[in-house]
Amino acid sequence: MTRTTAELMAFAEDLYYDLDFKSVKRWKVKTGGHAIGFMPVYAPREIVHAAGAMPVGIVGAGDWLEVIRGDAYYQSYLCHIPRSTIDMAESGRLDFLEGMLFPSTCDVIRNLSGMWQIVKPDMYTRYVDVPQNFTDGVGGQFWAHELRTLAQELGERTGTEVTDERLRASIALFNENRRAVCDLYSLRRDEPARAPTSEVYLMVRAGLVMDVEDHTALIREYITAARNITPPELDNARVIVVGAFCEQPPIGLIKSIERSGCFVVDDDLILISRWFTDNAAETGDPIEALALAFVHDSVPTAVMYSAKAGRGKAVVERVRVARAEGVIFAAPSFCTPALLDQPMLVAELDREGIPYTAFKFAENAGQFQPIREQTGTFADTMKLWSVA
Amino acid sequence: MTNIPPPPMPGTKPILDPKSVVKDRSMEFQKELIGSYYDRLARSPETGEKTVATFVPGNLAELIQCFGLVPILPEINALQSGMRKQSGHYITEAERMGHSEDVCTYVKCDIGMFHEGNVGPTGAVLPTPDHLLLSYTGCFTFMKWFELLREEYGCPSTMLQVPYQARGEITPEMKAYVVKQLKTEVIPALEKLSGVKFDIDLLREKLTLSARAEDDLVAVLEAAKARPSPIDAYFGGVYYIGPIFTAFRGTQEGCDYYRVLREEVEERVRQRRGPTTPEGEMTDERFRLVVEGPPNWTNFREFWKMFYDEGAVVVASTYTKVGGLYDRGFRHDPSDPLGSLAEYCLGCYTNLSLPKRVELISDYVEEYGADGFLINSVKSCASFSAGQLLILREVEKRTGRAGGFIESDLVDPRYFSGANIKNRIESYLQMVEQKRAAGATA
Repeated sequence: MTRTTAELMAFAEDLYYDLDFKSVKRWKVKTGGHAIGFMPVYAPREIVHAAGAMPVGIVGAGDWLEVIRGDAYYQSYLCHIPRSTIDMAESGRLDFLEGMLFPSTCDVIRNLSGMWQIVKPDMYTRYVDVPQNFTDGVGGQFWAHELRTLAQELGERTGTEVTDERLRASIALFNENRRAVCDLYSLRRDEPARAPTSEVYLMVRAGLVMDVEDHTALIREYITAARNITPPELDNARVIVVGAFCEQPPIGLIKSIERSGCFVVDDDLILISRWFTDNAAETGDPIEALALAFVHDSVPTAVMYSAKAGRGKAVVERVRVARAEGVIFAAPSFCTPALLDQPMLVAELDREGIPYTAFKFAENAGQFQPIREQTGTFADTMKLWSVA
Repeated sequence: MTNIPPPPMPGTKPILDPKSVVKDRSMEFQKELIGSYYDRLARSPETGEKTVATFVPGNLAELIQCFGLVPILPEINALQSGMRKQSGHYITEAERMGHSEDVCTYVKCDIGMFHEGNVGPTGAVLPTPDHLLLSYTGCFTFMKWFELLREEYGCPSTMLQVPYQARGEITPEMKAYVVKQLKTEVIPALEKLSGVKFDIDLLREKLTLSARAEDDLVAVLEAAKARPSPIDAYFGGVYYIGPIFTAFRGTQEGCDYYRVLREEVEERVRQRRGPTTPEGEMTDERFRLVVEGPPNWTNFREFWKMFYDEGAVVVASTYTKVGGLYDRGFRHDPSDPLGSLAEYCLGCYTNLSLPKRVELISDYVEEYGADGFLINSVKSCASFSAGQLLILREVEKRTGRAGGFIESDLVDPRYFSGANIKNRIESYLQMVEQKRAAGATA
């Protein structure tokens, strides 16, 4: 039986609000599999999957967990995602995980990997040191070694050896998942009223706590259901949202942007769902395939070094591809990568005459009216005074 | 646990000897060294010497010298601006240009300084770099900083990624990765910039000099194990590390400086003299502390005074290890030139895992017979700050000594609240005293 978008949304919302990760626990009981957590922005989920574990995205606790223990670990001038994450760890919410991966996203997540070793000494903890050198024989080779080590350690932990065959199969599944997510993004770009971002976001985010094949099926099902609705007629401004690639904005904030008169036609939320801009090779040495995909086809983002000047060109290209009229910078407070990146992007937008507005948020923000007014004014400005 | 003798009764004699406000020979020597460096840098547009901007942790001083290049050190320029009370203005200027109030103030100070005429600490205009050598050791902000500068200056950049010691060890693969980048990226870029062919024997010579200076620096830092400590290893320590962390590692002048400094400090030990402060020699050592985190630069003297007024001397600090953990045995090694540079980059304090930092601070507390440890948490630096509250609890647990926590910033004067910090330090020292008294009567 085909579900409606409303029914699919209800399913995804349940996952979104479930800080006890019941869906993952059910999956573990059902399959006998393991669960390995990972933080933003990038972790090699294919390897986790090939080791017989579900890669579980840990992206903070949003605005529905009152953080108490976590605040005892962090000063006021650090972002919110590590405090809600360690709060969940301290309260036992993450005890279902057999391991945790901390990507080299920034110094805060890097240091959290060390804190985890102290706070959770019995849990497998690994820092995922992604390459910032994109030459095959240099950064690619280093990264291939990191991936091999991770595969071996995870295999020992789960009891399922990461064979080439298993890893190739996992790569194929995640390639398929990425294609589905990209199709969903294309649908939203072309018909944003049919697939609003408040829905697209929850559908994509569901993949953080689902088996990859089930998630691909979910995305396909949503696309089919969305194509069958009669979308509302809206004359919104087309914008892209930039900066929320790690700590996630609360869903209320995304809805506020949309309700203020914006179609969000591209974003960098849950970036891992479409990290590679091309498929990783499904033949040959699978570790090499993942390593080369990373050094050749990673999506440009603030956490990755840009070997050449002109960091803002990528955002201009995204504006062009998405046929956006403007950019909303939405960075988490105290997010070093996003906030240091922003002036470079702004400079390029200025050069190109592309309008933008900027605000900061925290994952537990509860007051959206000022943001709604700001983005609403921004949308009105573009609609009323744009050259086009 | 080290057997700590009972402290002298507070207030039994003056803490400072104001008659002894004289500059040591090493101070004058260092002033000349740093002055000559800035002169050389300022004159580089006339002399035709090429410049390369780089960072202190994981710097490749000897390699840069092999190509006859002059380093520009944006962190040092920023802290100098802080000490000269210029940083607030520069930061405001950068924020006016669109840089967030949430990000590192070194970055904003540097960018603001450039836009305000790029005047260095000696009053001369500094040149813009011909190349950006991004040694990515232990600080994510470095990467974004140089991306920003590249947009400003329009010069090329070279990245040296230094893997993080997440599990507290340097693996052969980490070292090989750094060496490979040196061979395939860094050295070719510097050859192209300078027009000079790389000479590995010249590098060996420079590394020999580095190791010699490193021996002397370690002797200076470890002299703080004596009672009274002849040095302050934090406030005084930042001066001692100046030449070796910047342009003078691998030079004869650097070696000469550290030999002079070592002789002075060893003489102080023989005479059982305390450390030099801006207001004279400390004659009554009441508290021995270990400090974690960078200092505040905008109110450096005021901050230091809060310690020496109470008879508190810092006997070991982590900040003086950001440019190398020489006291834990590392030396630049001429027999393995590139491998040695790689190990140096990998081993800097900011590249250590959090458990290793806890271990190091705990060891310092024991080895230096400290009464307690204090964390100065700076807003700008997540590399240091994220996790420091856990470090506080862990070190307390391991050592049984009292830990203190204060907050400030590197070069943003808006984040230095003198009254609050002084109040906290005084309260902390009272707690140390009570704990010590309780220990003595137990």
